[in-house]
Amino acid sequence: MSTRSIVPFGPQHPVLPEPIHLDLVLEDEKVVEAVPSIGFVHRGLEQLVEKRDFQTYVYVAERICGICSFMHGMSYCEAVEKIMNIEIPARAKYLRTIWCEMSRIHSHLLWLGLLADAFGFESLFMQSWRIRETILDMFEESTGGRVIFSVNKIGGQRRDMENSMLRGFLPKLEQVEAELEAITGAFLSDRAVNTRLRDVGILTKEQAHDLGAVGPFMRASGIEFDMRLQGYDAYKDLYFRPVTSTECDSYARCKVRIGEIFQSINLIRQAIDKIPEGEIAAPVKGLPNGEAFVRVEQPRGEALYYVCGDGKKFLERFRVRTPTFANLPGLLQTLKGCQLADVPILILTIDPCISCTER
Amino acid sequence: MKVSKSPWMLHYDGSSCNGCDIEVLACTMPRYDVERFGVINTGNPKHADILLITGGINAQNKPVVEQIYSQMPQPKVVVAVGICACNGGVFKDCYNILGGVDTVLPVDIYVPGCAAKPEAIIDGVIQAVALLDEKRKSVREDKKEAGQ
Repeated sequence: MSTRSIVPFGPQHPVLPEPIHLDLVLEDEKVVEAVPSIGFVHRGLEQLVEKRDFQTYVYVAERICGICSFMHGMSYCEAVEKIMNIEIPARAKYLRTIWCEMSRIHSHLLWLGLLADAFGFESLFMQSWRIRETILDMFEESTGGRVIFSVNKIGGQRRDMENSMLRGFLPKLEQVEAELEAITGAFLSDRAVNTRLRDVGILTKEQAHDLGAVGPFMRASGIEFDMRLQGYDAYKDLYFRPVTSTECDSYARCKVRIGEIFQSINLIRQAIDKIPEGEIAAPVKGLPNGEAFVRVEQPRGEALYYVCGDGKKFLERFRVRTPTFANLPGLLQTLKGCQLADVPILILTIDPCISCTER
Repeated sequence: MKVSKSPWMLHYDGSSCNGCDIEVLACTMPRYDVERFGVINTGNPKHADILLITGGINAQNKPVVEQIYSQMPQPKVVVAVGICACNGGVFKDCYNILGGVDTVLPVDIYVPGCAAKPEAIIDGVIQAVALLDEKRKSVREDKKEAGQ
């Protein structure tokens, strides 16, 4: 009979860019239970809606998380637009779609790098982040910022992208695609990498469904579902199918995310091809009165936004359900029965974003 | 500028939005590459000379930050990266933010920006390296005085 011991993991840990604490209950090297405790990054920014008026609050919403900053700002705007019945111009919808997909590429490349770091493949980590810099350059060129963009406003966008700039993106995307293809083999075919990822952290299709997993974590368990299919923004005009995999392990999660980068590149190409001319913002009149739900597909999965206004300048309530929060039960399930040495990889495979989760 | 040692840095995310954190990590990547100044990103406080903190301080991370700082060997330099770490910044009015890093630790260098650009972070780290040399000298002198 082996004795049980508890190993604290985090909040400061070499593999964690963000603080989360787990109490790992071990039987020798095997994890039998993981108990998370969170709250290290809690700022309480939802309450700021009482202190910033609804148009100013966009910049706070954007800072829920620095990785999907564009999508947070955008989804907040969409929720307010829904309450106020504002139809944003078609060009603004396409601009949002292009920036969303660029965010997804940079987020997934960032994740690939962190995963490589977790299994000790330093040069692959460097390569992923080097490719990511091209996308950040595109962001800097089009918005002026590398991680925080401030291009969303209620009713549309603050900035337009000139058509010449959009055409200039095409060769850069081609370059990213070629460079990513070059490192895909290292992630998916390398024998050493395979031994770290294959059959590690199995989450079956039924478990993923029952535990309410979202995003690539869910799709890697074989559930074909993507919030973009509901056709918000320009997605209804673009063709894509969710990337799924049936292996249900860490390898599948890596494969799905790599597939999604290629998919996003393809979506940006389609959007650049179809983007209409015209205005980029609709006028905003009156104050929000009512409530609205908005669901969007972020790089980490489905995020849900709730906004409630009562006809005043300041909103009544703002609430976000982030993808990492939805994926935590799935993570705890995969941690049960794994080896202690696999814990960093398993935590990374849900692509945790703690600052989203705790806000 | 003459740099006498290769300082190692430790990065801790206070309560930032991630924006500054990914820029800190980007500094260690091929394009910006702080390793050319001998700076290595370490995860162990006892190996570290420079503490990079992003984000403001809240009630729950206050003991963690203090504990990391106390584990680092003398001399040490604290760099506050991003406006939230400098004075609370965007989240200053949030109920759970006590303020910038200087509410709990003596901050030596402030790097402003939201998010702080890698160039600015590298500038802060380089200033920290110079400061570390100065501090090392004064620690040595203190020891000499104590010995006499």
